[in-house]
Amino acid sequence: MLQLKQVSLTFNEGTMDEKKALQNVNIELKSGEFLTVIGSNGAGKSTLMNVISGSVIPDTGNVYIDGKAVTPMQEYKRSRMIGRVFQDPMAGTAPSMTIEENLAMAWARDKKRSLKPGVSKKRKTLFREHLAALNLGLEDRLSAKVGLLSGGERQALSLLMATFTEPNILMLDEHTAALDPSRAELITNITGDVVEKFQLTTLMVTHNMQQALDLGTRLIMMDKGQIILDVAGKEKQELTIEKLLNEFQRIRGEQLTNDKAVLG
Amino acid sequence: MMVAFFGAIETGIIYALMALGVYLSFRVLDFPDLTVDGSFVTGAAVSAMFIVNGQPPLAATILGMAAGFLAGCITGLLHTKGKINPLLSGILMMIALYSINLRIMGGQSNVPLLNESTLFTSITGLWNGFGISQPVNQFLSTIGITNPSIIIFALILTLVVKFLTDYFLKTEIGLALRATGDNKRMIRSLSANTDGLIILGIGLSNALVALSGALVAQHGGFADAGMGIGMIIIGLASVIIGEALFGTKSIARITLAVIGGAVIYRIVVSLALRVDFLETGDMKLITAVIVIGALITPKVLESRREKRRRLRKKAELSEAAAAEEGRNQNAST
Repeated sequence: MLQLKQVSLTFNEGTMDEKKALQNVNIELKSGEFLTVIGSNGAGKSTLMNVISGSVIPDTGNVYIDGKAVTPMQEYKRSRMIGRVFQDPMAGTAPSMTIEENLAMAWARDKKRSLKPGVSKKRKTLFREHLAALNLGLEDRLSAKVGLLSGGERQALSLLMATFTEPNILMLDEHTAALDPSRAELITNITGDVVEKFQLTTLMVTHNMQQALDLGTRLIMMDKGQIILDVAGKEKQELTIEKLLNEFQRIRGEQLTNDKAVLG
Repeated sequence: MMVAFFGAIETGIIYALMALGVYLSFRVLDFPDLTVDGSFVTGAAVSAMFIVNGQPPLAATILGMAAGFLAGCITGLLHTKGKINPLLSGILMMIALYSINLRIMGGQSNVPLLNESTLFTSITGLWNGFGISQPVNQFLSTIGITNPSIIIFALILTLVVKFLTDYFLKTEIGLALRATGDNKRMIRSLSANTDGLIILGIGLSNALVALSGALVAQHGGFADAGMGIGMIIIGLASVIIGEALFGTKSIARITLAVIGGAVIYRIVVSLALRVDFLETGDMKLITAVIVIGALITPKVLESRREKRRRLRKKAELSEAAAAEEGRNQNAST
């Protein structure tokens, strides 16, 4: 479903600030797999996401979605196949537009936009059904401006917008990091539910190790632009935070540089 | 007095088309587009030249509109593909259009249309062909409407454009266009080509501006290279006045507000020009003062309301405290 082949990217090459963001990264995600990506600040997680989404073009290597090379494709074209939720709750929705209008824009993601009304009666019913599944009461506020929603509600809406067209790939970029613990838990639960419901191939970046262990069928750890650990299946289910930290020490021969950031 | 009043309403309605264009760029796309000063004249010049050369006025007007659309698209291209700052792309296009407009007008800075058949003369002719026009005209002219067909035609046209705009902004493309002005990153992640939408939006905005220019030229009886100066400020004034007076609850409400703003702006200007010491040459100064007033007044009112609200809260609190104290004293005695 998603493949990265020998992807490398260096920022500010040849200067003092040279940074190898990705070094020969290879990933292969099968359909329906849910991958969580952890690593400390600067490990290359965000760059990995940006390379897949197309906002950054790698120096070498290719990204394939459904066997098709998408590396030269522009970000907006690629996003037909990719649903995204950002870290910042403000980033995933248009605040001055209503809930139904935001949903209508997301609904049009994998279709050609036309001069037909974005919000029709039929679509309203559909939107209401999907919103009701979130259990936040948003289904009764279809014509409320999204700017009036709380961060948690916005993030839940973003999540719905990213998933309900059943994209080939779902990418979650630390999407609970800006929320308080109870809201973060709520969004984590909703995430598990929708991924299950739509059987989405998912990639989730997180700073929160517990979240990385709770969600997903596979886990990779990144450091200095490389994948240093890749566990799946039963082994993944049995992982604990302690095991992860020990594993890091064994591989790198040093303590995790910033435990606090990683533990979240 | 009434003649001047209805005259102001008439011009206001025609200029409202330009204001709707400015609303599209400034508010919907959040793109401060200064092309307007040039594209307004482009619309006027193109339609005037076609009319002078004997083409039907309707076709001439549509061609003027198309020229404005093209000019806007170029501004959009400068910004999106040339990566030039929005303000600067507009200014560059405006300056370039000044020369282009002179070229269109065959090197003259003024093209008179006085004895030509324009959209307005055809409409007036059509109206006067009706049997009832004589008595209706007589009645209307007693209350100050000298040529009812023009005001009715302008009103219908502007309302049609308003409803088309309302509809468009709610279509799938329209929603994406609005989101481009609201949250570019988000709509790009929803597979919308923001560059294309900006080009389209600025194009449509300038098409409306040029349509307004074409109508103003035919209404006033001439196209002039300088008729666009300060047009952007007039458009902005209409948008700001309209939003402040009529509110911004929904798209339909805002577009109506913008039209209302354009009409009120004209009425205020015509009233200001009646003041003895002000001359026609002071128009731009008056415009600037109106815009400054419209920008500052709501903020001043808001802060005064806030202040009063705080004072009232304070008074309520001290009153409550006094009452509490009084009760305590009663209890102790």
